[in-house]
Amino acid sequence: MARARLLRTVRQFFQRRKVLEVETPSLYPYTNPEPVIDSFECITDNINPRTYYLQTSPEFAMKRLLANGSGAIFQICKAYRKSESGRWHNPEFTMLEWYQPGYTLQQLMEEIESLLIKVIPADRIQKNTEYLTYQSVFTDKVGIDPMQASISEFKDIAVQLGFPEAVSICQHQRNAWLDFLFSHQVQANLPRNCIVFVYHYPACQAALARLHPEHPQLAERVEVFIDGVELGNGYRELTDVVQQRQRFESQQQERRQLDMPVPELDEMFLGALQAGLPDCSGMAIGLDRVLMSMYNREHIDHVLAFPLSRQ
Amino acid sequence: MATYSTNEFKGGLKIMLDNDPYNIIENEFVKPGKGQAFNRVKVRNLKNGRVIERTFKSGESVEAADVMETEMQYLFSDGSSYTFMHPETFEQYIADEAATESAAKWLKEQDVCVVTLWNDVPLSVAPPNFVELKIVETDPGLRGDTSGGGGKPATLETGAVVRVPLFVQEDEVIKVDTRTEEYVSRVKT
Repeated sequence: MARARLLRTVRQFFQRRKVLEVETPSLYPYTNPEPVIDSFECITDNINPRTYYLQTSPEFAMKRLLANGSGAIFQICKAYRKSESGRWHNPEFTMLEWYQPGYTLQQLMEEIESLLIKVIPADRIQKNTEYLTYQSVFTDKVGIDPMQASISEFKDIAVQLGFPEAVSICQHQRNAWLDFLFSHQVQANLPRNCIVFVYHYPACQAALARLHPEHPQLAERVEVFIDGVELGNGYRELTDVVQQRQRFESQQQERRQLDMPVPELDEMFLGALQAGLPDCSGMAIGLDRVLMSMYNREHIDHVLAFPLSRQ
Repeated sequence: MATYSTNEFKGGLKIMLDNDPYNIIENEFVKPGKGQAFNRVKVRNLKNGRVIERTFKSGESVEAADVMETEMQYLFSDGSSYTFMHPETFEQYIADEAATESAAKWLKEQDVCVVTLWNDVPLSVAPPNFVELKIVETDPGLRGDTSGGGGKPATLETGAVVRVPLFVQEDEVIKVDTRTEEYVSRVKT
């Protein structure tokens, strides 16, 4: 009931805004090569076997539609991520993803806010929405500047904050330090009872966001939180095919070094960027977590009919 | 050496950390959508009971603690150590004061306790949930009093002191809940 109502509200919201609902394949011949994202592989059993992946997000396929001139589109679909299971994770989850041609990151954030205000009960959002830059909120909660700090400063602050184990976990990897300190120290201390946007991530955490044209050390990426819980992630999309290919190749390289499977690049997606992806912003929101927030549930299993962990 | 991967983590699992055995109380999978995965666990040190939090990189392996909980019969004490016997193998185990610290005042010979063994050495002893012990000292109560009201302290044969109702007398045997340290009832002898 609760889920049906949420899906209905979301569909109405986008219908009113003239955003077209689309469907793209769950089983797709390519996947996201980011080393922190683990895909389920499926192998077809015909004479000419080949590997398909359960989609970790419908991003590549939806961007192909955008490049084909679809205009604003949204999709509600299942997404799959291997080895993600816990209080906030189920390996199969429901994702809402949408793209708005011509939107800036600011316009995207405003749209996300309007949507969340529609679905989340007013008593969970008592205060005005906070718009915080990654750099300011990290500096505020951790005590050092994420853009400037050296690895040894990360180490010192982790020990001071009571996370000495971070030193051996993160070692010399800047991204690991940012992930560790952000998830342990920043998220836990974000403002509560309101929608919180954290935007302008460091360029090394750009994922598929474009870099800020005037401040290339920043990525035009945003994450949205309620009560410290990440609900979604969005970008002013990277449309430059050369940069996109470079990012993919360095992710493949990283995977090789870590002895992880290295998926082939999605040339159809890169071809779409080559042909011209319109300037746009896009967002992905985990609807199971939105339900958890709406109904104040402690575990994702409480909003799923048949959670994987109980089967 | 047995190990556990972080994806086997769950409440009750016994692991080694900094050379001490720990019991996992809570395990939380932490992963930024576009970031590294961690397991944040709350663990209790089985030697001193202290609870701490610790993060692991997901996928990492951690040494398992060779910890076993076994029911054993308490035999006797020489004042500083306590001897227990396994009911099937008849093997005897000697627990030191640290291991029996919280249980000692409830231990009566022949009682069956849960002994936690770490590398085959008693690490801690849990007394039975209910024990029946004789009162060796308490003030005489007032005749006609009922079990309601304040009560009075009573010293039991093992040295433990509990509050009992005023009508309970010396030499009577009472049942005590060792978890709450409260009087439950009189026991007819």
